[in-house]
Amino acid sequence: MNVAMQQLADPMDIRPFRIEKIRKELADTFTMELVPEGGGSFAFKPGQFNMLYTFGAGEVPISISGDPADPSKLVHTIRRVGAITQAIGNLSEGMAVGVRGPFGTPWPVEEAFGSDLVILAGGLGLAPLRPAIYMALANRHRFGKVVLLYGSRSPAEILFPKELEKWRGRFDTKVRVTVDRAEPGWGGHVGVVTKLVTGAGFDPMHTVAFVCGPEIMMRYGIQALEQAGIDSSSIYVSMERNMKCGIGLCGHCQWGAPFVCKDGPVFRFDEVADAFKVREL
Amino acid sequence: MPDRQAVIDRKDLGALFTLLADEGYQTIGPKPYDGAIVYAPISSPEELPKGIGDEEEGGHYRLTQRGDAKLFGHTKPVQGLKAHLYPARQKLWSAEKAGHGFRVVKDAAPQPRYAFIGVRACELSAMLVQDRVFEGGPYVDKGYAERRKNCLIVLVTCDHAGNACFCASQGTGPDASEGYDLKLAEVVDGSRHVFVTEAGSDKGRAILSKLSKQDAADGDVKAAAANLEAAAKGQKRAMIAGVAELLAAKLESPHWEDVAKRCMSCGNCTMVCPTCFCSTMEDATDLSGLKAERTRKWDSCFSIDYSYIHGGPVRNTAGARYRQWMTHKLSHWVEQFGVSGCVGCGRCIIWCPVGIDITAEAKAILKGA
Repeated sequence: MNVAMQQLADPMDIRPFRIEKIRKELADTFTMELVPEGGGSFAFKPGQFNMLYTFGAGEVPISISGDPADPSKLVHTIRRVGAITQAIGNLSEGMAVGVRGPFGTPWPVEEAFGSDLVILAGGLGLAPLRPAIYMALANRHRFGKVVLLYGSRSPAEILFPKELEKWRGRFDTKVRVTVDRAEPGWGGHVGVVTKLVTGAGFDPMHTVAFVCGPEIMMRYGIQALEQAGIDSSSIYVSMERNMKCGIGLCGHCQWGAPFVCKDGPVFRFDEVADAFKVREL
Repeated sequence: MPDRQAVIDRKDLGALFTLLADEGYQTIGPKPYDGAIVYAPISSPEELPKGIGDEEEGGHYRLTQRGDAKLFGHTKPVQGLKAHLYPARQKLWSAEKAGHGFRVVKDAAPQPRYAFIGVRACELSAMLVQDRVFEGGPYVDKGYAERRKNCLIVLVTCDHAGNACFCASQGTGPDASEGYDLKLAEVVDGSRHVFVTEAGSDKGRAILSKLSKQDAADGDVKAAAANLEAAAKGQKRAMIAGVAELLAAKLESPHWEDVAKRCMSCGNCTMVCPTCFCSTMEDATDLSGLKAERTRKWDSCFSIDYSYIHGGPVRNTAGARYRQWMTHKLSHWVEQFGVSGCVGCGRCIIWCPVGIDITAEAKAILKGA
């Protein structure tokens, strides 16, 4: 089933997917590869999310962390933080989850063709950006510089370390990783991710930036990008809010006038810059 | 050209109920119940609140005896028709364990066909607002759309304003120019008791053609117009002009903290508001753990859980929650759906346990500007 066909179906109906593979990423974080029960594929755009349901426990919005060029499997990276993500985390390979989606606005990867691309991620914020990274690297020749700046709390909490290593090994991509707190054996940067912006070597007049991470990190990250000379209309952020429906009907994800589920989660920063300043909006 | 007006005599009103029932409608109308007037299934005019009025103020509601025979002499029932078109609890589907996975079962029960009798202009406006919410975007709520398409609306115009009413300032009443199937204006003059009636749709015209009626007399039409004028002019409250722009610019007003000192975050205003549409999902299993169900139920932006994401709620303070409700209703709604979310029915004022008045809060924010 492709995206267009899915939208014809009732968006409130869930579709069962079988868990093909579970990979432990961090102490509290895992990645699941899912395939539709009864066959088919799952097309999506980088930055979109699904509502994931586990039997009887409930449903949560989770961004898609897989490769948009491979619709044969659906990949989600999930941190066990609440009752539902715990329940999903307790499932084993071969069991099923329910999927509704894909929902939301994507990272504008194609619109960024021709520019330098800066990806600024904090913590688990790397997961919703990974599809955009895959797509950018698959189209590497269409970009100027590609820079990935990633910050994590500690070396043990670095998400996707093998892929970061692989991407860093490419001669056409700059990858800089920092941790808030170093541990013995850590030879890399120490400090907040926003400090990596300086000297990252992009051309601020011709750069598009994608930012995802904790809100406080995004706030300072955007400040650093703007100070480096990137216009706020070339910066995109991905927001997180409580969601119950994913289609703008339940009201929960409102952030001022926008519904994060359908008007976001990816927003052009200049369009939401004012909302960013209001506490508890 | 509007249709020529006819009058239906009080004694012939019962035929409307019978006709609607014969056409397969469930007739819903105002009815006195437990010291209040509510919308409920009724099968004849005898169940209408004859001679009963209502008294309303901030945090106050009482039924009164009017001393006449009017059937629609009240202002509005305690709750609008939202509960019929968008039920407070809706089962979406059930699921059964099957092997390592589960199977989803959808109940395809047919949606009810309601004939709403005694609908006020503000309630009709609220339906038109909810139509935009549930049917106007890329995703349509199919259950709502079907119930809405099925329903028939018999509007009854107001003959006076309640103390909490402010529809005139919101442009949502007391008269309605579209969206109804039949429009009735109740006129009582001595022993004459008639309903000045006009059809607003083909469905309405078909119904009206089958009812016993006479041409309206000039006096009836004039009396109906005078009643409407009294309902408009008698309104003691009004929403300030330009409130959408004002609130959008006043997200950081210190007045939100002032409201927070009074607001109990009970959510009553959201439950009685005829346009509030927020919902949550309730997932549960039976005791065997083999069967699960999903229910969608009304939710309120005043609850702490409403904005909860890992790490805590986004809107921790009562001030932030009240701001969310009021700015959404009066300001962000316009950006989202092209109209205000407030139809000026005043129910949020009446049912607020501490009598917080949305029109007064808007004025206070303007004054503090």
